[in-house]
Amino acid sequence: MAYAAGVDVGSTQTKAVIIDEAGEIVGRALIDTGANVIAAAENAFAQALTAGRLDEREVEYVIGTGYGRYRVTFGNTQVTEISCHGRGAVQMFPQTRTVVDMGGQDTKAIRVNAIGEIVDFCMNDKCAAGTGRFLGAASAALDIPLDELGEVALRAERAVKISTTCTVFAESEVLSWLGKGKKIEDILLGVHQSIAARSIGLLRRVGIEPEVTFTGGVARNIGMVAALNKGMNLKVNVSADSHFMGALGAALFALDHIRASREPATLHEVAPL
Amino acid sequence: MTYTLGIDLGSTYTKALILSDDSRIAGKAMAHTGFKLAEISRKLFDQALDQAGLSDADIAYVVATGFGRHMVPFSNVAVTDLTASARGTAFLFPNTRTVLDVGGQTMKASRLDETAKVRSFRLNDKCAAGTGAFIEKTARYMGYSTEEIGPLVATSKVAVPISGVCAVFAESEVINQLSMGAPPADIMHGAISSLVDRSVQLMKRVQMEPEYTLIGGILRFGTMARVVREKLNAEVNVPEGDMVQFTTALGAAILGHQRLRKLTETGVEVSRVATAVAG
Repeated sequence: MAYAAGVDVGSTQTKAVIIDEAGEIVGRALIDTGANVIAAAENAFAQALTAGRLDEREVEYVIGTGYGRYRVTFGNTQVTEISCHGRGAVQMFPQTRTVVDMGGQDTKAIRVNAIGEIVDFCMNDKCAAGTGRFLGAASAALDIPLDELGEVALRAERAVKISTTCTVFAESEVLSWLGKGKKIEDILLGVHQSIAARSIGLLRRVGIEPEVTFTGGVARNIGMVAALNKGMNLKVNVSADSHFMGALGAALFALDHIRASREPATLHEVAPL
Repeated sequence: MTYTLGIDLGSTYTKALILSDDSRIAGKAMAHTGFKLAEISRKLFDQALDQAGLSDADIAYVVATGFGRHMVPFSNVAVTDLTASARGTAFLFPNTRTVLDVGGQTMKASRLDETAKVRSFRLNDKCAAGTGAFIEKTARYMGYSTEEIGPLVATSKVAVPISGVCAVFAESEVINQLSMGAPPADIMHGAISSLVDRSVQLMKRVQMEPEYTLIGGILRFGTMARVVREKLNAEVNVPEGDMVQFTTALGAAILGHQRLRKLTETGVEVSRVATAVAG
């Protein structure tokens, strides 16, 4: 049995996924990226090996992705996270045509075809507004753990409209609403709606074609899922492994490579004219 | 002697300044704005009164300015910070034609005429990359407090290029630079340099003309003025000491005296306390 791996080094978290020849996940790991990106990639891969009870030598091909993909020093090659998220999303939800990937520092809108190839994409690369960091700022300002924010927001009765664009200013706006006596849940619902609105803006630029699959770390936030559903008036696909989607896509590309290397070379490849 | 109070509620700091009718600064006070605007303005009013050795009844007129100007319960009138800073700047440097004001959460460039009226202005209050928050965040990512920025950057000779597109993305950039061995002082210098690039763009958009005067909290870091001088290749005026932060409050107090004179000439009786009660 041969195995393939994908290591997704994100700005905030590093994810590793190992799959078998059938494309099934046999091991996975998720750790904070921290300052030492190379070590983060190595540790995540080691933990995924342990989880899958595998030895490093059993993994035939490794692909790095994410912003730190060139720091996956043990990887065989690199693929952009855009391609990997598209591939991973279509693997999980075959009817996916649009992917919204929300990470710690960036949000991407990706349109894919039936085989998971990228048709178009759009991302925020100049500004952290509308990314996971906006939630991080709210979490810090309100002193509520990041993974509880969505739940609290869902208890809101009336959203407080967040007017700032900038993530840095959002923190003070959240505090100022709190000072004016607004309820925490109403403020948080406003924060979620504001991020959803910016992401939907990105999605419109590539065209929203159902089904829409929501990937990345923020997809674990049920408040954000609800805000996206409401904003687009549809139901996004969310997998329990949403934050592993990039790493899964990378592992699938690695598996392609393994399969291709086993096929007999065609005439054309042997004797190019 | 007649006194007025100018109070400037900025996004980060609130400044209060008492001015006599012979243009003497009798008292001033400054503190973090926080979120209780009415409370902080009252507190700073009292502190400025204490310093001046005056009582509430000695203040004939109060002009509020800054983003929180409508939240001052005891003010006679509220004016925009552009008007107030133009007035304060022209008082300190009468030949000023272009003002750059860099605060905690806003950056403003304005062009003035000979009478210190604002002819045109541009501001950025949407993105922290063009404000003091960018400098503060950069310092924080490296483990320095706001107070340490000045001494730190003063030791730098070369700026490490920092792109300055986003105060959040700056974190990864700073971490990368640190891991490659760049000294924190040079990174800070780079952050200030990128902020100055944005300032110059904003000044160009108001068709800047000399003399240039720089005000606002960020100007307390001497490096900022030095880099602006280098990039404009021209002299710039900077108010002395903490007056960089008080220029707008000063302008508000001056406007208070002007307004008071006009009202007195037309025979209107001004009662500040009555206004405060009614307000």
